[in-house]
Amino acid sequence: MRALRDRVGAAAPVFGVLLLLLVAIAVVNPSFLEPASLLAYLKRAAPLAILAVGQYFVIVSGEFDLSVGSLVTVQVVVAARLIDGDESATLPVIVLLVGLGLLVGLANGLITTRLHVPSFVTTLGMLLVLSGAVFLWTGGAPRGSLSQAFRVPGRQGIDIPGFGQVPWSALILIAVAAGAAVLMRSAWGHTLVATGDNDRAAVLAGVPVARVRTTAFVLSALAATVAAILLGGFAGVSAQVGEGLEFSAITAVVLGGVVLGGGRGSVLAALAGALVLEALFTLLNLLGVSGALESTVQGVIIIAAVAYAARRAGRRRRPPVPEPTPQPA
Amino acid sequence: MTALAERVRWAPRLAAGPAAGTWIALGLVVLLAAAIVTARGGDYLTQANLLNMLSRTTVLGIVAVGQTIAILAGSLDLSVAYLIGLTSLIAAEIMAGDPAMIGPAVLAVLAASALVGLVNGLVITKLQVNAFIATLGVGLVIKGILESRYEGPAGSVPVLFQRLGYDRIGPIPVSVLLMLAVAGAAALFLHRTRPGHHVYAVGGNVEVARLSGVPTTRTTVLAHVICSLCAGVAGLYLASRLGAGAPYVGTDGGYDLESIAAVVLGGTVLAGGRGGVSGTVAGVLLLAVLDNLFDQLVLDAFFKDVVRGAVIILAVAVYARRQLRARAQRAVRVPR
Repeated sequence: MRALRDRVGAAAPVFGVLLLLLVAIAVVNPSFLEPASLLAYLKRAAPLAILAVGQYFVIVSGEFDLSVGSLVTVQVVVAARLIDGDESATLPVIVLLVGLGLLVGLANGLITTRLHVPSFVTTLGMLLVLSGAVFLWTGGAPRGSLSQAFRVPGRQGIDIPGFGQVPWSALILIAVAAGAAVLMRSAWGHTLVATGDNDRAAVLAGVPVARVRTTAFVLSALAATVAAILLGGFAGVSAQVGEGLEFSAITAVVLGGVVLGGGRGSVLAALAGALVLEALFTLLNLLGVSGALESTVQGVIIIAAVAYAARRAGRRRRPPVPEPTPQPA
Repeated sequence: MTALAERVRWAPRLAAGPAAGTWIALGLVVLLAAAIVTARGGDYLTQANLLNMLSRTTVLGIVAVGQTIAILAGSLDLSVAYLIGLTSLIAAEIMAGDPAMIGPAVLAVLAASALVGLVNGLVITKLQVNAFIATLGVGLVIKGILESRYEGPAGSVPVLFQRLGYDRIGPIPVSVLLMLAVAGAAALFLHRTRPGHHVYAVGGNVEVARLSGVPTTRTTVLAHVICSLCAGVAGLYLASRLGAGAPYVGTDGGYDLESIAAVVLGGTVLAGGRGGVSGTVAGVLLLAVLDNLFDQLVLDAFFKDVVRGAVIILAVAVYARRQLRARAQRAVRVPR
């Protein structure tokens, strides 16, 4: 029961903030509440939200994944080069991308758990390797183009009579969210949280900690693959498509009240964190805050949100244990 | 208290382990590079080549030394890249080509950097925000300021100040001396002063340090101020080198993650409390030697990143192995 209260307690603020932001957007721009623009908002937010779900698995297990941004770039650039406008190549290339994602996630996980390299370093190294390799392969500028079929998930939707078009990305996001929620309620989800909370205790309780963590990295890389497919369709091919996404995803997860260092927070709150970030951008746009100051506002809000969460956490626990500067290990 | 004293006295010595390893690795890589280049008919160990290598390490070296202190204190700083851009602009705009304004400009840069460090430190300690998020957030704030105020290079640096970037004393570039001075000062601070020892104590175990009477908040804040000051010095150097300030000079260099990578490569433990400046300098030099080797072999620039990433992972895996073995020898079972 306490666990449930804790979970809801930790998650509640982000949903409140999300609601507040959506209301604020609706006040500034009443047409936002129409299904079409709400769905367009979901479509924009879907790639980051999916990345946040993947990042959540890694963070709640007590690790970091800094490689997702460069993985997204790699996937999009590789897809463009291999497909090169050839419709029939779409499916094989998508299978290949999934395989590539699996491989990267597996490498991240195995290096972190078996070689005992802190995940911050593992995934930082992976970031350098991936971005270097993809540019080496393409000679600095992405070439080729995506097929129409590849662009469908990121760009189009299905028509529902009497309602309008529902974007595929929104449906994929809902499916990912449902899958993640189910996963976190399964036994595996509980062992994942236990691993992040106290890995030594988890080992003693018989949790295959290394395997659980490796799976988390694989899930994160697969989420990056899905996000890359959506972004490739939505935003097109560029060498900057994944730039900074790792930090945005981590920010989203943390905004959702998930604690860096592992063991606490819910996956749906992490997803809501991504929706909050996207809503924030939408609102700033509407308010005419120049695109440039966007990052300043973003920076202030992230710090404020985490500081607020830290205060709450401090008050809930008694006696108050001042958190040491958390270790990115 | 004795336990702490013990710990503090041991900390620098423990650091000798991985740092020595990095220096040995550096020596081996230099020999290897020399052998490869000589075999291909080049002349590797020329003064020009060595100096070229050294002066290219200046910026990363200075930033990484600051980053070392932040990491030793159990923290880290992701805001340095933006701060470097900001300080290069502050320097160039205040100088505006006037040699008389060099003094005020340098002071302004140092003040601005110290302020950013202070904010980083206070957000982490007083607001209890994770260092990763705190410095990422502060970095975003600076990024927004840069993006809204500048579209490209601005200001101008008088010729007198540009000499910092280009002059030599005898055969040695001033910039290399600058880096060595920063590294030397940081090493003195860490090993010879009380606050320096406190950095190790706080990074090792903040709770133990607090209970032993170490002013933990002040120590973390100080570590961040020093880290930011180093970034500010790097910004000054880049301004002198470019002759102007440039908003993206720090982020284009990737100095945030690269500096952390160099620190880790130098054997400093990311979790804090163990390591030192010497290892970081070796790590920076190691990266520079590799870079230089690839240049000489006319390999693709992007290939460097691939090797760099692999080297970093490999090095840390080796350190982790050694640590595990050391722990096993002390007969402590560490399941993971």
